[in-house]
Amino acid sequence: MIDILSWILLVLGGGFVFVGGVGALRLPNFYTRMHAASLTDTMGTILILAGIMLQAGWSLATIKLIAILVFLLLTGPTATYALANAALLSGLKPDAGRTGDSRDRNEEDGRDNGQGDKP
Amino acid sequence: MTGSSNRPASILALCLILVTAWLLWSGIYKPLLLGLGTFSCILSVYVAYRLGFFRDSSGLHVIPRLPRYWGWLMPEIVRSSIDVARIVLDPKLPISPTVVEFEAAPKGPVGQAILGNAITLSPGTVTLDVYDGRLRVHCLTREGAESLLSGDANRRAADLTIH
Repeated sequence: MIDILSWILLVLGGGFVFVGGVGALRLPNFYTRMHAASLTDTMGTILILAGIMLQAGWSLATIKLIAILVFLLLTGPTATYALANAALLSGLKPDAGRTGDSRDRNEEDGRDNGQGDKP
Repeated sequence: MTGSSNRPASILALCLILVTAWLLWSGIYKPLLLGLGTFSCILSVYVAYRLGFFRDSSGLHVIPRLPRYWGWLMPEIVRSSIDVARIVLDPKLPISPTVVEFEAAPKGPVGQAILGNAITLSPGTVTLDVYDGRLRVHCLTREGAESLLSGDANRRAADLTIH
C-alpha cells in the first residue's frame, strides 16, 4: 500500500519536472521561463523526496531526507532571486503586459538570454 | 528588535542546532569525528559572528513559528503549481506577464527575506527585487498578481516575525 502511494508520488513528481521542462521550452522569454523552472524546483522536489521518504520508512534516512528537502526549499528561491535580480540589474526589462503573441520579438529575447535559461 | 542582551542566547541556540545536526547526520560517535564536529561547530559560529549574524535580530526566534507558516504555504504551492502546469500545457499558452510593486509588511530583514522567498517558492510568482522595504514581483498571469496584491502572503509573513 505504502509502496503504491510512494510510486504515485514519484511519478507525479517526475511529471511536474517534465512539465517544467516543457514550460522552459514553450514560454517566450527569460522571466516567464523562470516560472517554469520554479515548477521543477518546488513541486518536483517536494513530490520526489516525499516518494523516497515513503520508501525509506521510519528511519534516520527519513530525517536526513526531510533536512535535504528543507535545505533545497531554502536555497532554491535564493538562487532564483539571485538570477532574477542579476537580470534586472543588468537591464533586462520585465515584459509587463506583453503576452506570448508577438512571436518575432520573443524569439529575439530568447536569443539574448540564452545563458540565463535554466534546465 | 533583539538587543545585545540576547546575543549569548542566540549564539548558544545556534551552537545547539549545529551540534544536533552534526550528531544526527554523522551517526558515528568516535573521538575523531566528535572532535571534527566540535571544530566545525565553533568555526561555523565564528563565521556567522563575523558575518554579523548576531548583530541585530538573528531570526532564530522565528523557527518555532515556521511549521504553522509552512502549513499555510504548502497548499498555496500545490494550488499555484497546478495552475502553472495547466497554463504550460494549454495549447494557447494563456499567459499575461505582469510586474507588481508593493510595500512589504514585515519590517525586519528576516521577515522580508522569508516573504520574498515564499513568493519565489510558489510557482507563477518570482521576486525580482527587494529594496527599501518594497518588493518587485514578476507574475506569470494577471490573476496571480491580483491575488498577491490582496496581501495574504504579506500579512502572514509579518505575523511570523512580530516579537
